[in-house]
Amino acid sequence: MSTGSIMLTVDGESRSLVIDTRTTLLDALRDHLGVTSPKKGCDHGQCGACTVLLDGRRVLACLALAVAHDGAEITTAAGLSPDGEPHPLAQAFIDHDGFQCGYCTPGQICSAAGMLDEAGKGAPSHVTGDLEGPTVLDDEEIRERMSGNLCRCGAYPGIVAAIREVSG
Amino acid sequence: MTSAPTGSRAIGAPVPRLEGRAKVTGTAPYAYDQPVEAPLYLAAVTSTSARGHITAIDTAAADRLDGVVAVLTHENAPRLASDENAELWVLQSDEVAFRGQLIGAVVASRPEIAAQAAGLVRVEYDARPHDVEPGPGRDDLYAPATVNTGLETDTIAGDVDAAMADAAVTLDRTYSTPLQFHVPMEPQTAVARWDRDGGGDRLTLYDSTQGVIRMRQIMAAVLGLPPDRVEVISPHVGGGFGSKLRPKAHHVLVALAARTVEGRPVKFALPRRLTFAGSGYRPSTVQRIRLGADADGRLTAIAHDAVGGTSKLVEFAEQTALATRTMYAAPNRRTTHRLAALDVSVPTVMRAPGEAPGMFALESAMDELAVACGLDPIELRVRNEPGRDPETGLPYSTRNLVACLREGARRFGWTDRDPAPAARLDDGWLTGTGVAAATYPAYPVIGPSNAAIRALAGGRYRVDIAAADIGTGSRTALTQIAADALAVPLDAVDLRLGESTLPAAAPAAGSMGLGGWGSAVIAAARAFREKYGTAPAEGAEAGATGAGVPGAGKVALHAFGAQFAEVRVHADTGEIRVPRLLGVFAVGRVVNPRTARSQLTGGMVMGLSAALHEHGVMDPGPGQVVTRDLADYHIAAHADVQDVDAVWIDEADPHYNELGAKGVGEIGIVGVAAAIANAAFHATGVRVRDLPLTPDAFLR
Repeated sequence: MSTGSIMLTVDGESRSLVIDTRTTLLDALRDHLGVTSPKKGCDHGQCGACTVLLDGRRVLACLALAVAHDGAEITTAAGLSPDGEPHPLAQAFIDHDGFQCGYCTPGQICSAAGMLDEAGKGAPSHVTGDLEGPTVLDDEEIRERMSGNLCRCGAYPGIVAAIREVSG
Repeated sequence: MTSAPTGSRAIGAPVPRLEGRAKVTGTAPYAYDQPVEAPLYLAAVTSTSARGHITAIDTAAADRLDGVVAVLTHENAPRLASDENAELWVLQSDEVAFRGQLIGAVVASRPEIAAQAAGLVRVEYDARPHDVEPGPGRDDLYAPATVNTGLETDTIAGDVDAAMADAAVTLDRTYSTPLQFHVPMEPQTAVARWDRDGGGDRLTLYDSTQGVIRMRQIMAAVLGLPPDRVEVISPHVGGGFGSKLRPKAHHVLVALAARTVEGRPVKFALPRRLTFAGSGYRPSTVQRIRLGADADGRLTAIAHDAVGGTSKLVEFAEQTALATRTMYAAPNRRTTHRLAALDVSVPTVMRAPGEAPGMFALESAMDELAVACGLDPIELRVRNEPGRDPETGLPYSTRNLVACLREGARRFGWTDRDPAPAARLDDGWLTGTGVAAATYPAYPVIGPSNAAIRALAGGRYRVDIAAADIGTGSRTALTQIAADALAVPLDAVDLRLGESTLPAAAPAAGSMGLGGWGSAVIAAARAFREKYGTAPAEGAEAGATGAGVPGAGKVALHAFGAQFAEVRVHADTGEIRVPRLLGVFAVGRVVNPRTARSQLTGGMVMGLSAALHEHGVMDPGPGQVVTRDLADYHIAAHADVQDVDAVWIDEADPHYNELGAKGVGEIGIVGVAAAIANAAFHATGVRVRDLPLTPDAFLR
């Protein structure tokens, strides 16, 4: 077993750790640092429950090796709503009942935050018609861009309504 | 005192989920998230043979790995006390009953080490031929003694064959549904700690379960512990849909491991891949429907013969034809269930067991009959509306199917529908609409539930009940019920659930949760007020058991609904899209319209998912399901789900419980796949009788 020493800033807090080089970023957060806001749904990058913001971009923490991200700044859904003050997306998810069991929710919210940032910077998606003009985040765009985050409770209509409200 | 629902204030209000803040920040503790001291991690060894015996199991390499604390196999595992449930007889023999069975465990200081060590365990088998596909034309199908929930296997009235021979219009069709998997987003997870103190052995289980009391009872029996020496804690559950109702092998495996490393907690989250054989599933079905009708579409015969698979290890007989016993009037009737016993993992209940696959078949057949009779499918259903329950002869407590169909037709814009199939082409897409009925029994409660109420300081009350909130919103709805029953504001109630030390309650199952638990909370509030009045001293406490179902045995108790779907099928590619789903339901009183609506639309989304995507594939060669991850077992994603709405008609059912509430957890899924298949027929003229509806079906 080989180990690596890394430093991460997690939700604004500097954390250093020595870990098995095989450890995913998700397991580093959950098992080593006790940061359990990102969830493990598949460990294969297929469900999106582990989505966090890594240096501002949404990534699947289960597909990232922790040692490859020394010095990274990680924001989880807990970090998006610091000191009990809900992030606008978090509040909109509550208002639109955009979750039931809640297990995919931190990933959905981090993904939505990252997605809104991408769209704001003009990144197109598979369903974007006009690649030259400004991105218009209609429901079809939101659904397409959020399709990496599965919700088995089927809260999709509420999630899309919540994101639409915040994006609009 | 104020008894719900009269004078209610909180009941009926769209209260946001009380645990909402915790869930949107990810701080609600699910089983794996529970803080425990110095945990160890378990990785499982699973069988790579589908049937036979283990002849050798070599753990030497795993034992030698740094960080490995214990390796368990059938050769060294602690002995269990009860083999009553063969599925829970874990590591007790060398027998292998299905591929993917848990046959060993590695406990290590880190999860990476446990996983590596599990891969180093070498197993040799005396493998025997296996039989894993129910398939058509078997000569060894058998009739189970009863079907799930103890219902009759077969019901026969009149003479279906004779009526079919005389009928003006007949239909004889076979429909099929594939293996379907629950795949809750939180895989099955349990964290176990085994301690020994003056009172003897003790197990603490942080679990993800639909019922802490049932879990405690069964685990205690299997492990040979008194029930009060097992504590199960499960405040938040990341989805269940039936897969977390019953104790499974992984619970026993982690308990055995915890016993081996006494005093240290052991964490075991099933890798997603292992949940497909490890957490149950909905068996595939082949269903023959026969309908006979007069020239006006009035049914003279209705027959539903269902064939499914089960496991040789433990029988599970899905009640696939159950809904056909209550849906439509017809003098000649027949429902049967037959099973093939297979070398496969144990199936279990999955959201609307019976109704979900069964109503795909029946409601597709009714649509086919409507076409054959030249009748509007809503009118056909109205003409066959029974006055009393056709098989029991009991009056219905409430039966508002026709009201749901009419209200749905109005909202959906059904009235101007041109019934001609394959007649509308819009920019390359063939468009159509379809309808199907839904039903789900209001089952008598599995067992009574209890609740206790304690007066806290400052006019607050604690309400304790070992109920479960698996995402249904029961924590919120029960708090509403308690507030009204105590006649206090919502925020004066502090409700606790999901712990086995709380007053015993039924599990979340069969859409029975809220009715049974709510009755217990109301009874406890009544007992409390009778004993202490409206100004109790701090610490005053009273408990009570909820009432049974008042109408049980006297009336037929069922929820009803109508599902409407709009479908677009691409004329060139066969791609199928569902721009619109509308469900109209008659489910008794709705306690919380916000969370109930999400339950109903969530069920409809799962129905859409079953209609278009979900397809578990069994490979007969290795004898295992090959669709063992979320890339191969597709479920609906954001892009698949467009306009989905659920509404309900004003109804209360006092025959079911004092609240007048039937459950909403399951009926949402029922009929959706048929409505979509019927709409796809209307769009294309192609009748698909096998789920899921994939593009190839439309490219003929």
